[in-house]
Amino acid sequence: MVNSTKIWALLEEVSDPEIPVLTVVDLGVIRNVAIEGEHVQITITPTYSGCPAMKLIEDQIIEKLNENGLMDVGVDLVLSPAWTTDWLTESGKNKLREYGIAPPENEVDKSVLFSAPTVVPCPKCKSSNTRMVSLFGSTACKAHYQCNECLEPFDYFKCLR
Amino acid sequence: MNAHFEYILRIGDDSLILGQRLGEWCGHGPILEEDIAMTNISLDLIGQATSLLNHAGSIEGEGRDGDKLAFLRFERDFKNVILVEQPNGDFGMTMMRQFLFDAFRQPFYEALQKSTDLQLSAIAEKSLKETKYHLKHSSEWVIRLGDGTEESHNRIQESLDLLWRYANELFYMDEVDQLMIEKGIGVDLNAIKLSWDATVNAVFEEATLKIPSNNWKFEGGRKGLHSEHLGYILADMQYMQRAYPNMEW
Repeated sequence: MVNSTKIWALLEEVSDPEIPVLTVVDLGVIRNVAIEGEHVQITITPTYSGCPAMKLIEDQIIEKLNENGLMDVGVDLVLSPAWTTDWLTESGKNKLREYGIAPPENEVDKSVLFSAPTVVPCPKCKSSNTRMVSLFGSTACKAHYQCNECLEPFDYFKCLR
Repeated sequence: MNAHFEYILRIGDDSLILGQRLGEWCGHGPILEEDIAMTNISLDLIGQATSLLNHAGSIEGEGRDGDKLAFLRFERDFKNVILVEQPNGDFGMTMMRQFLFDAFRQPFYEALQKSTDLQLSAIAEKSLKETKYHLKHSSEWVIRLGDGTEESHNRIQESLDLLWRYANELFYMDEVDQLMIEKGIGVDLNAIKLSWDATVNAVFEEATLKIPSNNWKFEGGRKGLHSEHLGYILADMQYMQRAYPNMEW
């Protein structure tokens, strides 16, 4: 018998292709799991419009459920309500930090070039003496920072609201 | 003509062509961080274009998806404003083009969130969050370059002098817009013009830039009448599908 607890547990085993330390559940991109008889319908939402990982996430979800005997699986994509970093789980934020990516602070960056950007503690040495190098980083969801204390360059998963 | 299809096509083509233009900076940015920033913004725009053109195709109902609309239409069938097809020029020119566009796109998407076309409203809601980052980026660069050195000031003023004639087309409206406004699908651009004026004036003042007094204005993009540049963009963008029809990878 298919039940949603089992499906959510399986989804916990599907990792984000760009940041493999996060599962798709941690990332908050799973919006709904619906079961109708033998059919399982998963609804996902993209982090950013151009996120190139969405197709792969979809394929990986289907593959994971198929491997576990669920053969009738559909995945659909919704845009509204729009994804926000508020949907990252607490465990996801901790995993990011341990991985070396600073998790989102609770404010949208105010500045690109002027005034003080968001204070983001260094995920390596915990110092708050860091600087934003660029608002746009290695993927659409990240900004590029550097620590002034330990000099480590690091990614910041920027706040999107 | 299907006005609903046409309306979404115009928005999608603006995103697609500007995204393609910004992508030309890949590997050529003045500094690595800006190379990455411009390609990030390009990716957002192409993502938005994908959503918009897929939606346009489903409204049209003739089996064309976003890819077919992007790669298999001719120049005259593209409905983007002429501003977005203008060449990148130097970095300042690219930032000025981006700023004029972003300052329009932010209030436009804010208003489009109220569309009675729920998929269009969802795309607007999603894209607005991205556009806010774009506008911050382009407006601060316009200020830094305008209020920077004598050379940076002169060069970005020249960009403004050149691009200003294309800015007015952002507010072009015709029978397609009227019909969409009546149906609650589209945005009355007159209602967001004040917001655009306020952003543009505030940024130019801080950047010590002057809006050119020459009021010569271009339009035609919404009807498929473009500058010479669009054909070259399409030649580059569509090459693979034209050379190897229906190829997938």
